[in-house]
Amino acid sequence: MFTAIAMAVLVLGALMAARVLVAASASPPRGSHGLAADIDRLLPQTQCGRCLHAGCRPYAEAIARGAARINQCPPGGEATIRRLAQLLGVEPLALNPRHGRQAPASVVIIDEEACIGCTRCIQACPVDAIVGAARQMHTVITAECTGCELCIPPCPVDCIAVVPAPAAQHAWQWPAPGRVSA
Amino acid sequence: MSTVLRGFHGGVRLPRSKETLQGTGSRSVALPPLLIYPLQAHVGTPARPVVGVGQKVRRDELLAAPSSYVSQAIHAGTSGVIVEIAARAVIHPGGVTDTCIVLRADGEDRRLTPAPALDLGRATPEGLLARIAEAGIVGMGGAGFPSHVKLREGLLNAVRLLIINAVECEPYIACDECMIRERAADVLLGARILRQALRASQCVIALEDDMQQARAALSRRDLAGAQIVRVPAIYPAGGERQLIRMITGAEVPAHGLPIDAGVVMHNAATAAAVADAVAGGLPLTERLVTVAGAVRTPANLRVRIGTPIAHLLDACGRSAADARVIVGGPMMGTRLIDEPAPVVKTTNCVLRLPAAAEDCTMPCIRCGDCVEVCPAQLQPQALYELARAGDWDGASDLHLFDCIECGACAYVCPSRLPLVHYYRHAKSEIEALELAQRRAAELRSRYEARLRRLAQAGDAAAEAEGQAGSDVDAAPAPAAVPDRAAMRAEIAAAVARTKARRTANTPAAAGEDEDGAR
Ligand code: SF4
Ligand code: SF4
Ligand code: SF4
Ligand code: SF4
Ligand code: SF4
Repeated sequence: MFTAIAMAVLVLGALMAARVLVAASASPPRGSHGLAADIDRLLPQTQCGRCLHAGCRPYAEAIARGAARINQCPPGGEATIRRLAQLLGVEPLALNPRHGRQAPASVVIIDEEACIGCTRCIQACPVDAIVGAARQMHTVITAECTGCELCIPPCPVDCIAVVPAPAAQHAWQWPAPGRVSA
Repeated sequence: MSTVLRGFHGGVRLPRSKETLQGTGSRSVALPPLLIYPLQAHVGTPARPVVGVGQKVRRDELLAAPSSYVSQAIHAGTSGVIVEIAARAVIHPGGVTDTCIVLRADGEDRRLTPAPALDLGRATPEGLLARIAEAGIVGMGGAGFPSHVKLREGLLNAVRLLIINAVECEPYIACDECMIRERAADVLLGARILRQALRASQCVIALEDDMQQARAALSRRDLAGAQIVRVPAIYPAGGERQLIRMITGAEVPAHGLPIDAGVVMHNAATAAAVADAVAGGLPLTERLVTVAGAVRTPANLRVRIGTPIAHLLDACGRSAADARVIVGGPMMGTRLIDEPAPVVKTTNCVLRLPAAAEDCTMPCIRCGDCVEVCPAQLQPQALYELARAGDWDGASDLHLFDCIECGACAYVCPSRLPLVHYYRHAKSEIEALELAQRRAAELRSRYEARLRRLAQAGDAAAEAEGQAGSDVDAAPAPAAVPDRAAMRAEIAAAVARTKARRTANTPAAAGEDEDGAR
């Protein structure tokens, strides 16, 4: 039973990969570079590396090459997977839990009392969302923080905390009809 | 003297359901123990509280000030003490909460001394706009756009026509009609002030065909150059675009505003509030609200803004157990999830309607009825198919964003499809997507800027080791590699700079500092 499912998954995976490859090669005028750019435009640019690539663009290139699945980006979640599937002409997949789960948007804040100004968080931040100078208090520019959490492990005094993103970054949306509570 | 206008494209004749309220006066309702003021009850940025918990206030005292150009002031509706500034239920289709200032009434209802009346003979548009802004007036017909902002934009764009909209085209809603009957002089004064603030050469007051008493109340007075027009009682005749089309013949461009058609439109209740502010020196703290549907005594209630909606229903008596509460009209109103949510400046109607039989929709039979009634001349059936399939581009191409969500299409649909719900869902998906894409583009450019910076630093380090640097665009994949090299290079450069500065401390080397460091 289990083997059968595993086989099915493998076959499906191979088929998917093949279709992604076909999709990749089916757009010759742009080439895979152009396709990667198109894919990159659909990725959330959180630059968190949870897809196990060095950032969104490298992941986009891996998808374009057929070397990665479309379901590896937790910040983008189902919506991004749907859009990628549409772009590439493949079926959507469920988000691969190995890469994490989709969570509400978050940002980080630095406990400015505790910060020793070592600058390690600045060096880790992929989008330059932290300001501060050596041996001075560091601050996160909330509007520019993607919540990638890459700044947290390097901090020697554990003074960076994750908090929900301000409302504008995850505004309420009308649910799809049918899912409304009666 | 009044002109009768011809209709507009599409629209539906709805049962009016206003008979019980026509000709009856408004009645006041007892002060509730708590008044609740959401900070975001208008278009724009939330108001900024200027009072603290425990503070005593009098009626008309400022509770929250505008936080930007497009924002509004909020004033106390009675005297009492601020007991809370916290998240509370508000009128919202998804039951989302908002930060609210909560005022406990002390029962004495003491007011501040009103501001002195402005002399209209000498008042400048600037002075009038400032007073209207201070009074916290927003569009009371439903949109909630700060009135002084609308006026200022109209003034800047040399708009020549002011329209006072008293067309209540949705069933049940009758508060503006009642207000005009009772306060015709104030509506006319408000219209005159608005016109002066705008320097508009013309003013038109639009009423519905069946508002005879309101029309009579106005016509008995000096209209001061304003013209009364009657529009047919066809839904949605009171829609901004529809009314402008009927009165001027001009179309408001897609994605445009009335000022693009040379018009500023204000609701009749807004005009009366402007008269109160300018001639009476009073901020907006009270309004008329129609309470109707499954209630024992339907009424137009004089309500302090901030009153919990449950309090109004208690005052009128709930007559059927199983009913939904709708704020606004039955066509475009918002289903109320929490009855303690308060009346805000835009709340014109509270309805209790029998619970709708949902889940009895049928597939679209392509009858085309929806196309015929759509006032925006769209293809509701095609939009429905596209929205259901999640084809946002297709829906946008068919002008989804021109849909005014009037619900005329859903009203006539024999298959009872929740068409407007599909459009709202599609619009909010598209807007969220656009927002996310704008944000992603910003993040991408900052990320790329950082990569370039690191690559440059990496190049410098590589050159020092006699190797060729790499181009970011050609090989962005190994982003982690330049990272470490760059860090080392940056540290090396920093050490070098520090050393250079130390050497520079000797006067002889001072002139070389900058060149040496670069
Ligand atoms: S997981 Fe998504 S957001 Fe994070 S780097 Fe990968 S593509 Fe970008
Ligand atoms: S501040 Fe931290 S969480 Fe925010 S973007 Fe930078 S590294 Fe990521
Ligand atoms: S890593 Fe931590 S201690 Fe170092 S500068 Fe950043 S916040 Fe401050
Ligand atoms: S809700 Fe939209 S599509 Fe339907 S009739 Fe009104 S404007 Fe047309
Ligand atoms: S009215 Fe309803 S059934 Fe008729 S075409 Fe429109 S969506 Fe289809």
